[in-house]
Amino acid sequence: MSRHGNESIIEANQHVKSILVVFGILAFPVLASAEQPIRFDRDVRPLFSDRCFECHGPDAQERQGELRLDRADGPDGAYRTLDDSPAIKPGSIEDSLVWQRITAVDDDVMPPPDSEKKPLTASEMEIIKRWIEQGAEYVNFWAFVPPRMADPPDLKNVSWSQQPIDRFVLHRLEEAGLTPKPTADRRSLIRRLSLDLTGLPPTRDEISQFLDDTAEGAYERLVDRLLAKPQYGEHMTKYWLDLVRFADTNGIHHDHYREMSPYRDWVIRAFNQNLPYDDFVKYQLAGDLYPNPNYDQLIASGFNRLHLIIDRGTALPEESFTRNVIDRVTAVGTAFMGLTVQCAVCHDHKYDPITMRDFYQLFAFFNNLDADPETGGRQGSDFQRGLQPPYVTLADDRQIAKLAEYDLRIKQLKTELQRIEKQSKDTSDETQKKAVEEELEKAKQALAKQEREKQTFEATIPAAMVMKERAELRPAHILIRGAYDKPGEEVGRDSPAFLPPMKEMDGIKSRMDLAEWFVAAENPLTARVAVNRWWQQLFGVGIVKTAEDFGARGDFPSHPDLLDYLAVSFVESGWNVKALIKQIVMSETYRQSSDATPDEFKNDPDNRLLSRGARFRLDSEVIRDQVLATSGLLNYELFGMSVKPPQPEGLWETVSMPSSYPRSYETDTGNKIYRRSVYTFWKRGMPPPQMTILNAPTREACIARRERTNTPLQALLLLNEPEYVKSSRHLAQEILADRSQNATERLAAIYETITSRLLDADDTASYLKMVEDLEAIYRNNSALAEKLCEGVTLREGETSAELAAWTMLVSTIFNLDITKTRS
Amino acid sequence: MQEWMEQHNRLQARRQFLKTSGMGLGATALASLLPQNSKAQSAPHLKPRAKQVIFLFMAGAPSQIDLFDYKPQLNKLFKEPLPPSVSMGQRVTAMTKGKEQLIAPSKFKFRQKGEGGNWMCELFPHLSEVADDLCIINSMHTNAINHDPAKTFICTGSEIPGKASMGAWLSYGLGSMNRDLPDFIVLTSAYWTGGTRNVQALYSRLWGSGFLPSKYQGAAFQTSGDPVLFLSNPNGVDSDVRRRMLDTLGQMNRKHFEEIGDPEIQTTIAQQEMAFRMQASVPELTDISAEPQHVIDSYGSEVHKSGSFARNCLLARRMIERGVRFVQVFHRGWDHHSILPKQLTGQCFDVDQPSAALLKDLKQHGLLEDTIVVFAGEFGRTVYCQGTLKHDDYGRDHHPRCFSAWMAGGGIKGGITYGETDDFSYNVAHNPVAVRDLHATMLHQLGIDHKKLTFPFQGLDQRLTGVEPSHIIKEVLV
Repeated sequence: MSRHGNESIIEANQHVKSILVVFGILAFPVLASAEQPIRFDRDVRPLFSDRCFECHGPDAQERQGELRLDRADGPDGAYRTLDDSPAIKPGSIEDSLVWQRITAVDDDVMPPPDSEKKPLTASEMEIIKRWIEQGAEYVNFWAFVPPRMADPPDLKNVSWSQQPIDRFVLHRLEEAGLTPKPTADRRSLIRRLSLDLTGLPPTRDEISQFLDDTAEGAYERLVDRLLAKPQYGEHMTKYWLDLVRFADTNGIHHDHYREMSPYRDWVIRAFNQNLPYDDFVKYQLAGDLYPNPNYDQLIASGFNRLHLIIDRGTALPEESFTRNVIDRVTAVGTAFMGLTVQCAVCHDHKYDPITMRDFYQLFAFFNNLDADPETGGRQGSDFQRGLQPPYVTLADDRQIAKLAEYDLRIKQLKTELQRIEKQSKDTSDETQKKAVEEELEKAKQALAKQEREKQTFEATIPAAMVMKERAELRPAHILIRGAYDKPGEEVGRDSPAFLPPMKEMDGIKSRMDLAEWFVAAENPLTARVAVNRWWQQLFGVGIVKTAEDFGARGDFPSHPDLLDYLAVSFVESGWNVKALIKQIVMSETYRQSSDATPDEFKNDPDNRLLSRGARFRLDSEVIRDQVLATSGLLNYELFGMSVKPPQPEGLWETVSMPSSYPRSYETDTGNKIYRRSVYTFWKRGMPPPQMTILNAPTREACIARRERTNTPLQALLLLNEPEYVKSSRHLAQEILADRSQNATERLAAIYETITSRLLDADDTASYLKMVEDLEAIYRNNSALAEKLCEGVTLREGETSAELAAWTMLVSTIFNLDITKTRS
Repeated sequence: MQEWMEQHNRLQARRQFLKTSGMGLGATALASLLPQNSKAQSAPHLKPRAKQVIFLFMAGAPSQIDLFDYKPQLNKLFKEPLPPSVSMGQRVTAMTKGKEQLIAPSKFKFRQKGEGGNWMCELFPHLSEVADDLCIINSMHTNAINHDPAKTFICTGSEIPGKASMGAWLSYGLGSMNRDLPDFIVLTSAYWTGGTRNVQALYSRLWGSGFLPSKYQGAAFQTSGDPVLFLSNPNGVDSDVRRRMLDTLGQMNRKHFEEIGDPEIQTTIAQQEMAFRMQASVPELTDISAEPQHVIDSYGSEVHKSGSFARNCLLARRMIERGVRFVQVFHRGWDHHSILPKQLTGQCFDVDQPSAALLKDLKQHGLLEDTIVVFAGEFGRTVYCQGTLKHDDYGRDHHPRCFSAWMAGGGIKGGITYGETDDFSYNVAHNPVAVRDLHATMLHQLGIDHKKLTFPFQGLDQRLTGVEPSHIIKEVLV
């Protein structure tokens, strides 16, 4: 260890990764310059957006020199002439002032002296030059134009696959002089599919069933089987919960408990029942506004209640109110529009044509929730239950009957109490009065007891916070610089002006009208944003890499025609999510092997061209669920309130206030602790470390893509987390229980269970040598072995040294890179 | 070790590939990318005056008027209403909204200390001894009036959750100085002598990486159990077992790398080895038994309690010594809405001697000149009273318009006081210092131009100091 030591090599490696990220962004425009005509949207716009839009973009307030480079026409447009000089003259760099400015050597001219922007590089200038020379053609920003179905391109290689997805992908590969990888082997395929579609690895039985199915269509049958599993919905829901920042606490100040689990259950059901995505969107945005909404629609409208919220007492309610609405609109922007609309809270968006007016017109749809802007006091059952009106109670028949019983009994007790009170007033005799007073006291106590019991019972009934419109419309204003107490011009409800308009209608537009607008076929964003996220789920990277930002500063799609093809066919299918997922995983592109040579890796470093199968580290939930599933501990129960599996002691106390509710983490008992991670209790102030160490977000903001890092803290988690070690021991003991098996057979069973693969003879020998060595260590140190086996009843013939050694073997296999990676 | 060599060769190959690839980036563009993303970490924008930072964060907002911003003339105005010309309709919290604003002078005595003559409060007898190391800033101001957004603001440069924290920015921008410990460590205190009436909530976002890769997030050391989560081998596993297991694990991972070709597998191998080294380096770091007795004693009696602010200060010094880039020590419980004098006395007992000892100890080890130490809360407190008002008992509400902080070491001028408030410690009168100015100044001392330390996210080149203009406080620099 050296205080002034060199940067570690791990560091350096990660930096190369981030270079590649930058590289990836630039790779497309530059690639194009070598062999293709320049395209404004793909090649030029990103450069203008990065270097020029801050002063010459959509934000009218900041615009300099009466020039905006995001469009050609208009008084400030790029073709405008000022003092006889056109800013950009199509076809002529000599006559284009912009060109002269960006190539000027005098620093006072360009870029502005105080700019921190990187100057344009020679190759970037070359792109702009060629674009002007080729006619400086402007096209509308790709993401704001409705997707259109392009014909799949003609290909040189006609033998690979004729599926549209594959044709679009192969076209790009052929352009780059690359060839796709062969189909992955069957074991890889079933592992990949099972992890991608259900978040769980296949069992050994499932593997052998698939390997034995040699008839035509085996792969498709597997896909259908997996899509029909209830675990599919749970897995799809995990991604959705990141996107909508679902959590079990309020996230601000006391960070008190809140109860939203019915919403999670609804999302799981919606995916499993394959609710069309347009309905899925409409239920969430405006489920409460259906005529006679059903429970599903109401629960789904709780999407609008998932924002962070402060508890009453310190903040100013007016300020809290504004924050809540901004948070709500931001979520709509990220989840359904793939845009950073929140940039327009304080000023017109600097890069995208989103004005403050656009933002506050959206704000106007979401500012009318019939609820307090802060959560209530600590009294009463709502607080205990983590609820805040409006909510719906989801009692079953038995619970409804029992509640009615309580109500009847309470009513009787109240009548009785009134009778005694009256009697007490009417009595003048002292002795009698005393007796009546005693009776009165008893009656009061009986009533209080009954009310308490009812409350306790009520708390066991699930309830869902929902959206509810106030009877009266709240006016909305543009807030000057986003300040809650500086209302400017009043605005009405409307969709952003740069997108297709909402339908003309009489009267005031409702959230339902807005929801309809989102799922109208001409909306350019909704379908693209959705299919891109699922593509990202299946390939590790989206066709648009910045899944959260389809705006000018986001990435240009790697395969624009493919994205449009998927979006259009998705809408045409009736927004059929399972059909879309099936279509993608049936492609040869998806089925490619992920093994690659160093040269192949060089030719497509981030696999943006899809020249091989995707390989990426599994998400935190999948890693934990895989440990539980393969060790035989996983509890497959569906739905219900969040659970608290063991975590290191004292974590909450380091961040909670003494009066936070709850303040301490109380670990659940029994097999609740083995439920899937999608049900794990999520405190925003301190989310479960088993999740966050592996890049799960805190759920304070809407996250459309997780990053994937590789750190020593992750290694420590996977090596040492006590529950993971217990799981290893559990599997070891299960395997050792069959005394008829020899060591090689046991090893093979463990290895296949965890990795879905078989071992060769060399590796078998290595692992068995390790078991032998470890068993020797444990035999010599029986105290150590017993510690590892603490709490376990050894079966006949088993020794603690043997179990300890095999436990470490299982743990070793859990820690392999291939185990935590989907390939 | 062999895997390190392999890793290194692989890296070289990839750099070579970047240089020679026909992917179009010219050599110049590449040259500008490489330093920015890798070598920039050791090649700062400016000449650095400091290398490391310790941020002592007083969550809950200490009263500037009782601790730093000496206003003796207020004694004459006991229980007088605050003139509206001073408050100018400034918004207040829901707790004191619509109530009378009666002046509560501080009951504490101040004395000028050291050659520089900084006014020091009687609650800081030990800090008074190092008054000449302190640069007291009395003109800090912020926006939010509630703890959560204000803390998020000072820790991440934004009130809205989701941005990267100071320490994350530094480890991203400056890289690592050591191979066996995290770059950014967070220590939270588990004891508050001032009582626990208003102990502040913390959130892991305060040391989170936000949009930066999560490897830059702060590692919060635990006050009980493993200091780093999951550091210890599980029961029944000793280092012999672990070593034997890692040998086979590494062997198998290497074999898979040969078959699959993904260099990420090599990173996994390296991180598993790093984890193994941390199992030795972290306990060595947190074991204070080798410290000389007089050093341990200098931090005060509380140092013997794990999780005390005193212990955390001593650990902070040990971390700086071992090349940790940024140490943030949280102390909670400064939110004194009522019985302020009693609570404040307790809180100051917790932090006075340890923070003074920390400065002396750093100096003793020759580390202070390279280490910036900052002491601050998230905002200030009102001159007017909240609740009961007596000469020796009062409370104060939140006050974002002015507050105090101090800095020391790292090329910061000691023995000076910078910035002034008006007669009521209400508004900044001279030399205002915004939170982003404090950030910009810290970065400047570390050799970073705050405008150039950026990361692209959600369409913006994000930076710690945000989009508003920031100023480096040149007057406080040596």
